[in-house]
Amino acid sequence: MDRNAAILSVEDVSLHFGANAALSGVSFDVRPGEIRAIIGPNGAGKTSILNCISGFYRPQQGRILFKGQHDLTQTPTDSIAALGLARTFQNIALYTGLSTLDNLMAARHIHMKQNMLQSMLYWGAAQREEVRHRQVVEEIIDFLEIAHIRKAVVGALPYGLRKRVELGRALAMQPDLLLLDEPMAGMNLEEKEDMARFILDIYERRGVTIVLIEHDMGLVMDISDRVVVLDFGRVIADGPPDAIKQDEKVIQAYLGEAN
Amino acid sequence: MAALRPAGDFDRSYEQDMAVVRRPWQWAGLVVGLLVVLSAPLWGSAYLVGTANTIFYTIIAVQGLNVLTGYTGQISLGQAAFMLVGGYTSALVTTHLGLPFPLAVLVAGLATGLVGLLFGLPSLRVKGFYLAMATLAAQFIIPWLSRHAFPDLLGGTSGRIDVPVPVLLGVSFSEQRLYYYLSLAALIVTTLLVLNISRSRLGRALVSIRDNDLAAELLGVNLFQYKLRAFFLASFLAGVAGALKAHSQRGVGTEFGYGLEESIILLGMLVIGGLGTNLGPFLGVTAVVLLQDLARVTGQFLSELFPAIQSRLLNSFRPIFFGLVLMIFLIFRVARPGPPLADDQGGVAVAAVCAVIRNQE
Repeated sequence: MDRNAAILSVEDVSLHFGANAALSGVSFDVRPGEIRAIIGPNGAGKTSILNCISGFYRPQQGRILFKGQHDLTQTPTDSIAALGLARTFQNIALYTGLSTLDNLMAARHIHMKQNMLQSMLYWGAAQREEVRHRQVVEEIIDFLEIAHIRKAVVGALPYGLRKRVELGRALAMQPDLLLLDEPMAGMNLEEKEDMARFILDIYERRGVTIVLIEHDMGLVMDISDRVVVLDFGRVIADGPPDAIKQDEKVIQAYLGEAN
Repeated sequence: MAALRPAGDFDRSYEQDMAVVRRPWQWAGLVVGLLVVLSAPLWGSAYLVGTANTIFYTIIAVQGLNVLTGYTGQISLGQAAFMLVGGYTSALVTTHLGLPFPLAVLVAGLATGLVGLLFGLPSLRVKGFYLAMATLAAQFIIPWLSRHAFPDLLGGTSGRIDVPVPVLLGVSFSEQRLYYYLSLAALIVTTLLVLNISRSRLGRALVSIRDNDLAAELLGVNLFQYKLRAFFLASFLAGVAGALKAHSQRGVGTEFGYGLEESIILLGMLVIGGLGTNLGPFLGVTAVVLLQDLARVTGQFLSELFPAIQSRLLNSFRPIFFGLVLMIFLIFRVARPGPPLADDQGGVAVAAVCAVIRNQE
């Protein structure tokens, strides 16, 4: 349990909106190369903690260290991507007017160097850069099996495919840490299994560390290495899936009804 | 935009796939189109050439608005005022500094771009209707300044100064038939620039702000910087269009328009042609300008058919016809998948189209 080895450590984070406490003294860490699940009943603060990590919410107390040195609570939101962090959203935040391809290309923004004038002239270096990044993006398109919708406008795609494109967009950022907010919500069994396979592939073949919020208990217990359980903005349990399943407090708060 | 192609016909490289003009029929269309446009002054009537000239520089202004409103999703009601800045700048640098015409147009664009940056600053804090209000300030401040500041240079309350005829390589572009080529050349250059913006890193960053500014921020796009870039580009193009208009009309100032109504009509043209598409400015401007003629001709025809209600027909037919055709235009535009209008922009778009119709009365 070397704290310095953690890629992300959330330390005593508290967030409140007026008198409502969304998070109270939440602490947990994520080690490189693991799938870390965050579970909890509705309103427990799962998405709030993800929003704190990705810089949308600024917690009133505590800090969030990324790679041991960057305090994400103090980093401008638009600088977090370049540190190597990407996320997906519970209710899909794609660029609906762009094609699948352009959505993924847009994620290459932080890796591209061309300036405004080069973009306008689209000559030489700028064009070569576009082609180079197109190759990276095409590889991800192949990996996620979305080649057939490459040029389809994303707004018109069905829900399951949009979820997959959003995962692709996050991958195209080539992050070291990937935050997935309910990647399987609202999917049928087959789509869920596809998504689980993609997540495991990302983790195994690309070596990306993953933080996952998910409601499907069976799936969470199957694929995650460690689970942290939130309830009313507090951590009530933290440990490997087997220990979590036995935990009295967790069963009372959450699993009791579910299983 | 997946167009169906014959089997066995495929791109062999990403360069090919990403090219703008890539099919033989597209090349053919481009060549024929260019030939028609280039030869128009030789066979067209003076009226046609003059109208085409107006259409050309208006398209440039609407292209600028398209970058800002269509791509970046920031509504501006000050495009005509920015054209005024461009017109004055070009007039002053050619008259007093003796700059050659192409350089003067470029300087006009850059100067207007800087003014646009200034009025783009509120976009950091406000969106939608409230930003429209902020740009409305530009639309009132700039023409007011042109009438009250530096009366010796800007013409004071007379609201106009004379603009010299451009002379290039010893050729004087006093005739519309020649000036036409200047506007056309500028339009070709701006079209290339806008096409490139829309298919590269810059354009994707702009559209990502329009479609989801929260996600854009998380993907590393600095919202403020890119909104300012959009404002700069929009006013740059407005400046170029304004310079072309000023030299074409041989004068610039509030006497020649540049009011709020014109700004709204520019927005209306963009909405009609299609927000956020590269073809939009071309379709919108051409449709609005040519429809005016079509409405006039149809109105006259009908009044000959029904002489009893002739006077009433001539008065009321044009706006009715115009409104009807624009509604059809919009319905078919809206039915097509494309970038949707944000809720708070829909109202502004409708208002802009209403202004275009009202202008016909």
